[in-house]
Amino acid sequence: MPEQRRIIFKHIDSPGYTNDIACYQQNGGYETLKAAVLRKPEELIEEVKKSGLRGRGGAGFSCGLKWSLLDRKSGKPIYLIVNADESEPGTFKDRYILHQDPHQLIEGMMITCFANNVKQAYIYIRGEFPEGARILEKALAEARKANFVGSNIVGTTYSCDIFVHRGAGAYICGEETGLIESIEGKRPYPRIKPPFFPAVLGLYQCPTIVNNVETLCHVKHIAAMGGEAYSKIGTPGNTGTRILCVSGHVKRPGYYEFEVGKLTLGELLNDVCGGPLPGRTFKAVIPGGSSAKILRFGERFKGKRKVGAEMQDYDWGLDDVPMDFDSLAMIGSMAGSGGVIVMDDSVSMVEALANINAFYAHESCGQCTPCREGSLWMKRITNRMVLGGARPEDGALLKNVADQIAGRTICAFGEACSWPTQSFVLKFGEEFKTYAERTKDSSATLATTPLV
Amino acid sequence: MNLSDTTVKQIDEVITHYPVKRSAALPLLHLVQEDQGYISQDAIAWIATKLELQPINVYELVTFYPMFRQKPIGKRHIKVCRTLSCALMGGYKTCSEFETQFNTKKGEISPGGEVTIEFVECLASCGTAPVVLIDDTLHQHVDCAKARALSDQIKAELKAKA
Amino acid sequence: MIATPTVDLITVNIDGKDVAVPKGTNVIEAAAKVGVDVPHYCYHPKLTVVGNCRMCLVEMGLPAVDPATKTPVMDPATGKQKINWMPRPVIGCATNASPGLHIRTTTQLVKDCREGVMEFLLVNHPLDCPICDQAGECKLQEQATGYGRGYSRYVEDKNVKPKRTVLGPRVTLDDERCILCSRCIRFSKEVAKDDVLGFIDRGSTSTLTCFPGKQLENNYSLNTVDICPVGALTSTDFRFKMRVWFLKQTNSIDTETSVGANTVVWSREGQIYRITPRQNDEVNDTWMADSGRILYKQVKAEDRLTHTSVAKQAASLAEAITKASELIKANAGAVRLVASGKNTVEEQFLIKHLADSLATKTSLISRVGAGDNILVSKDHNPNVRGALLTGLISELPTAQLTTLSSEIDSGKVKVVISFSEDLTAAGISESQLSKVQVIYIGTHHNKTSGLAAIVIPSLTVFEKSGTFINQQFRIQKFVAAVPGPAGVVDDLVILTHLTSSLHGTTVQLTQAAGLLAQTWTSLSATIPSLAPLSFSTIPDTGLLVDSTAFAKLPFVETETLHFKPVV
Repeated sequence: MPEQRRIIFKHIDSPGYTNDIACYQQNGGYETLKAAVLRKPEELIEEVKKSGLRGRGGAGFSCGLKWSLLDRKSGKPIYLIVNADESEPGTFKDRYILHQDPHQLIEGMMITCFANNVKQAYIYIRGEFPEGARILEKALAEARKANFVGSNIVGTTYSCDIFVHRGAGAYICGEETGLIESIEGKRPYPRIKPPFFPAVLGLYQCPTIVNNVETLCHVKHIAAMGGEAYSKIGTPGNTGTRILCVSGHVKRPGYYEFEVGKLTLGELLNDVCGGPLPGRTFKAVIPGGSSAKILRFGERFKGKRKVGAEMQDYDWGLDDVPMDFDSLAMIGSMAGSGGVIVMDDSVSMVEALANINAFYAHESCGQCTPCREGSLWMKRITNRMVLGGARPEDGALLKNVADQIAGRTICAFGEACSWPTQSFVLKFGEEFKTYAERTKDSSATLATTPLV
Repeated sequence: MNLSDTTVKQIDEVITHYPVKRSAALPLLHLVQEDQGYISQDAIAWIATKLELQPINVYELVTFYPMFRQKPIGKRHIKVCRTLSCALMGGYKTCSEFETQFNTKKGEISPGGEVTIEFVECLASCGTAPVVLIDDTLHQHVDCAKARALSDQIKAELKAKA
Repeated sequence: MIATPTVDLITVNIDGKDVAVPKGTNVIEAAAKVGVDVPHYCYHPKLTVVGNCRMCLVEMGLPAVDPATKTPVMDPATGKQKINWMPRPVIGCATNASPGLHIRTTTQLVKDCREGVMEFLLVNHPLDCPICDQAGECKLQEQATGYGRGYSRYVEDKNVKPKRTVLGPRVTLDDERCILCSRCIRFSKEVAKDDVLGFIDRGSTSTLTCFPGKQLENNYSLNTVDICPVGALTSTDFRFKMRVWFLKQTNSIDTETSVGANTVVWSREGQIYRITPRQNDEVNDTWMADSGRILYKQVKAEDRLTHTSVAKQAASLAEAITKASELIKANAGAVRLVASGKNTVEEQFLIKHLADSLATKTSLISRVGAGDNILVSKDHNPNVRGALLTGLISELPTAQLTTLSSEIDSGKVKVVISFSEDLTAAGISESQLSKVQVIYIGTHHNKTSGLAAIVIPSLTVFEKSGTFINQQFRIQKFVAAVPGPAGVVDDLVILTHLTSSLHGTTVQLTQAAGLLAQTWTSLSATIPSLAPLSFSTIPDTGLLVDSTAFAKLPFVETETLHFKPVV
């Protein structure tokens, strides 16, 4: 079994490690920032490009490329926003960074700010982290006092402040343009792209970088070890480490940091997480946050993939799938935000989908017709099914409704809310067809663990 | 609006964080809710004036974000996570247990005024499901037994306070 | 007239048809140029683009370019540059024309998208067309015929929302019909400058509303009803009055100020039911003020003049004309005319003719009032510029008729002819009026008509045809929407008869329409800046006329939509 490689989570849960600046500095904190400000900003951007770092928020977009798209010629101030909304169900990695190691994030941010000549940075932290917000405020006060944040940092002429901005319980604020609208004090309706690409017309219509918490922590380590060295961690195209958050029906749920692609799903669930609960078998797994398409145990995936320079055949069971961006995309799901939700044979897929659909119907901002009406409709169908009104044709109807949403909305929520339905029905179609039969027996309807 | 001096000071400070006043809408709503317990219509109008906005601009936010409430709640706020990972581990049962313990229903103030229980969406602590946020404190692995213990603790604390 | 600035045209291809459009034109507008309709709800040409309804999804392609060499990739099959089609549909409203842009609107994917959006819009819609005012002009209804399923797959309960919200004094809202397109919110904020509407709650339960205690009461509130693509926002005045398909539409001009907003008058069987704005991108875009929409009520107003009288006794029009002519002749040299800034250009031209033949002066009464910098200007007379252009006046009108007042006092004036104006509102007292003989030709009763020796009723703007010249010196025409009260004739007829009676000639009672054409023959022959025109050749959106002769006059108007005063 591959060993964890803790870079980002090096100090998480380590005894005696506290979230104050003194402890951080005793462990070498802010040395990277001190060294970074002596370099040319372009060099730092180059390191990040070389590192191959991909965003850890969900889409896996190249971080270096994102930065290079920034409109630096407009003359307008540049903003950095940290997406600490951590709202994708199944994901809980940023929570630990924010609560236990906030200075790691602040250092990564300041390096990013310096590299990109950012004028002002905001941390958009989800409203459900009130404690995290207080910890961040305290850490920022310490960092300002120590001259790592604020005016003329560490003896340079470069100034940049960071403020904490709290959300208030809206999943859509995890979408970067919705988040920007939220900071602007508006309803967080995602913006149309074109023309409102954050890199050009972001916060206050100025060029803006929006990066995930974990991504910016990686930037700190890239600046420390160099992009070249970082790119050797993980696998080509899927570099670095990543934190996998496992929840649901395993013996040892939790967060684990591994080199990307060096671990298979089977190793993660069986070896790292201790396998299924006693007397149970794995039934399904959602590998990248609740919007990722579900995978069914027993499925096989065949095809060709690029290994090094050549194409190789692959024939994988679910256990064999490497936990990286490309492999999970290849088998029709996604690595997303790293939230792995495991379901064993006690779970009814109709009920699990009903739970997910309730979430998306609640969180749709309501801007685009297909998502607004479709997410609610899907919720109503699955609810009706669970409450005894299932019809054999509901599975097909659900899929058809979902098909009318994905790819037709302003933001990726359209996909996020339809992928679960599409994949649940595709992978567990039989269960949807026969659910009506099952619920005719009233004793069977009393699920031991209700999901809706 | 009868805001504490500290709140007023925090409000004036937080407005300086943004080049555009409107950006301070969410921070102000948080501060006012912490101060007053909920966001009244007067508070909406007050914030709008403070930020040179129309009241509808603030009203739109209060109703969009689930964390803002327009009515008072019980002395303690119990938020049980409803989303998949917690539900898989018994979150629905945890919620009913709290309802039983305080003889109340979700969204209502318990008869003794002790608590308001709410189902909320993902609290981002799925690895320690089921989780419950009581006021600002996260409680992990809250099965029915732990829910009973937490309920007893809340009752005892409130009794001691009274 | 005014030269159009040259714009860079680029060629885009819509459903196989090339069309040249200015760079940046969006796909909905570009497609319209080749007769391709791209259905939409939230998009409105005069509001910001939000792209939320998703009805205008189309397929988009761009000419292929080799990434390495940057040279065009040719398609050997067609010999033309290859088009790279995007796998996902894009919204037409936010896709702007770029060179070589290709759009497909007839593919299966586009059809699926439209059908999907239609189904979603209808699942929570009450489908109460039989009792809905919007029926007949509802975009949902319209698109449902093309992209509706014809049956519903939705078996769940529909959303329940407020059904009869009084949003303001003139607008009633049915939230269940609302499709959350946000046109009304954007209009209020961007055009009416009254950020009063918003959505509360979220997702499918989002509800349009005002903040409690606030109302949609600005003078542009009814535009939200016009632009509501469904039956959510309704005019409280028009609600449940008439099915729109029974109504006849007549082009008209708003007379409340010198802006001259273009309008449509909706009538049936001689009765007007509503007035709505008519698009004129140079004047009022697609908007008009609420205050202009109720002007039709003057047609059936209680104080409407309907009968000719001489010395308070009912008389025929011929008798009244004869008496008036006698009165004028008997007091030659002591007759004054008070015309109106509400008279049409044609009427002003004939009044000028009358004044010339009597060798007397004509006054005009100014109406300066509040403006709103949008579509209500400070000059509440619609046609002061017409009076200038016809030479009826040479200076701007004043609010007080001081010269006339002293001339009455000195006994210099014995007869005053007023065209719909109440002289008591312009500084002439009732006792002064009783010293002279008043001939009143107008639409409504007032103190002046009450004291007049001869009263000849005339027609409102809704019952006659003519032109006004607005603050931009744009001549704009309007057409009779409904017939006038029985026996009441057009001002042009009255003026023609009066003039000929004075000259001792008699004319046949002419049809107003013929008279209008006839008046235009002399108008264009007399006034150089109107020389090439006739009533029928004036475009529906009007025409700017040469105003250089009046450049130095201190007009009262300040900036409004599409108008900046000459400094």
